[in-house]
Amino acid sequence: MKKFVNQGNNDTRSGFGAGLLELGRSNNEVVALCADLTGSLKMNEFKKEFPDRFFQVGIAEANMMGIAAGMTIGGKIPFTGTFANFSTGRVYDQIRQSIAYSGKNVKICASHAGVTLGEDGATHQILEDIGLMKMLPGVTVINPCDFNQTKAATIAICNHIGPVYLRFGRPKVPNFTDINQNFEIGKGIKLIDGNDVTIVATGHLVWEAIEACALLENEGISTELINIHTIKPLDEEIILNSVSKTKCIVSAEEHNIIGGLGESISGLLVKNNLVPMEFVGVEDSFGESGTPSELMKKYGLSAENIYKKCKKAISRKQLGV
Amino acid sequence: MPNLSDIVVQVRRDILRMVHQVNSGHPGGSLGCTEFMVTLYFKIMNINKKFTMDGKNEDLFFLSNGHISPVFYSVLARVGYFPVSELKTFRKINSRLQGHPTTHEGLPGVRIASGSLGQGFSVAVGAAITKKLNKERHIVYSLHGDGELQEGQNWEAIMYASANKIDNIICTIDNNSKQIDGDLKDVLDMGCLKTKFEAFGWIVLNIENGNNLIEIETKLHEAKSLCFKGKPIIIIMKTEMGNGVDFMMGTHKWHGVAPNDEQLELALNQNPATLGDY
Repeated sequence: MKKFVNQGNNDTRSGFGAGLLELGRSNNEVVALCADLTGSLKMNEFKKEFPDRFFQVGIAEANMMGIAAGMTIGGKIPFTGTFANFSTGRVYDQIRQSIAYSGKNVKICASHAGVTLGEDGATHQILEDIGLMKMLPGVTVINPCDFNQTKAATIAICNHIGPVYLRFGRPKVPNFTDINQNFEIGKGIKLIDGNDVTIVATGHLVWEAIEACALLENEGISTELINIHTIKPLDEEIILNSVSKTKCIVSAEEHNIIGGLGESISGLLVKNNLVPMEFVGVEDSFGESGTPSELMKKYGLSAENIYKKCKKAISRKQLGV
Repeated sequence: MPNLSDIVVQVRRDILRMVHQVNSGHPGGSLGCTEFMVTLYFKIMNINKKFTMDGKNEDLFFLSNGHISPVFYSVLARVGYFPVSELKTFRKINSRLQGHPTTHEGLPGVRIASGSLGQGFSVAVGAAITKKLNKERHIVYSLHGDGELQEGQNWEAIMYASANKIDNIICTIDNNSKQIDGDLKDVLDMGCLKTKFEAFGWIVLNIENGNNLIEIETKLHEAKSLCFKGKPIIIIMKTEMGNGVDFMMGTHKWHGVAPNDEQLELALNQNPATLGDY
């Protein structure tokens, strides 16, 4: 199995901050808006270097979305920054009408997604945001897996015309993807070749899936791992090609299983190639306070659980159920 | 150019005929804002009739209370953004003239979707910021319902605009004191709007009769002269819902109800054609 080297733990939000800073230097039309979470979103460097293009809107996310929509008229490319919860659920109608339906070129950048926000608890741990955003017509939904990929994604979405939801997180996690990667929106990345089962993972769950692959390999199981950083549009080809070989699949995401990546994949399979599928995600519940690693474990977002689900998927394939 | 009062009468006819033919839409607020919209587009704004979404080097207008789309569409057509004949497609299937304004179908003159209330202030502020970043001296105009101010997002934007010296916007409140469920003061009393806006740091102008072309034009010129002085500008404009059709005035009944055949005839008789119907 291909080995992945952790270049050192880092947070995906810092990848966003680094990408935004680069964009500030390379594109004068890029502006950034923040709702009183500049430090948490790692937007400080952009603010420092481009004070005239940084807009502190205060604790007023609805207004931030509307201002961002308005700023596109005349050519600006606004990047909004706040927690995922306040980037989606709190401002859903503002995004729906002023950004999505209006076709505005706003990049909604959301940190602290999922349970790994940790101790603040369920009020802040949104697990429904992928579902909310993927349901909006024309909105691209991206959930990169590590620092390098988040930085690359941040830069890539600037060149994409149209609304984008970019989701990332708070904790420091292994940084293992190529520092010079070319991020292609809508194009999944096959990380590991395998024959017995396919794992399609997104965000923080990609590293857990790599560890699950090692556990499975110990038992002689050959796993194919796909990093789906773009949830919408979904790379259908890479998934269908993989399951035509492995004949079973497991999805893994830090999100409610209802409305998430797994649901998108299951729809794809029902229409094209119905193979046994298992879901790793939060089982339709809210989160709670705790450390990120405790929460990942408790809510089944772990390598061990992915391993178990892979075994189950393989056994269903063998039994034909 | 025809005189403004002739345009006003023709726009009223457009509104009445549009809502009548689909038996839906919002004539009351549309008629109440007809004089304002005609003055703004035909006398005040510096616009490029060759529409671009970016609207660089021209004034911009945003309609926040999107339900008065009939008056918006009629004025956009009459000013030349699209053929007047297209008004007959209002609210029909496959039309660019959706029930509420949208950019989605590519109707020239519309730069944002509106209808879900309370979002227009933020959008206008954003567009005004971009004009500043682009070193333009043009002005962003917007129109809002008074009942619409019950939505909280407005006050976020109102607070932001004065704190950040957004002084290239002129926002107008259609103060007809009515909303769907009845009088504003009965549904949710807004108190004194002037005091509220002053407390939020805006320059407040009043139009006592928002159906009087001369007063509207005078006040809009005054508002323009106050731009670029460090403060956002609000015009609180008292209007009569249903203005120009006697049986539609003085009541909130015609907020979202179309006239029947008989009522249409009566209403049109009070507003004889001036520029020709669509």
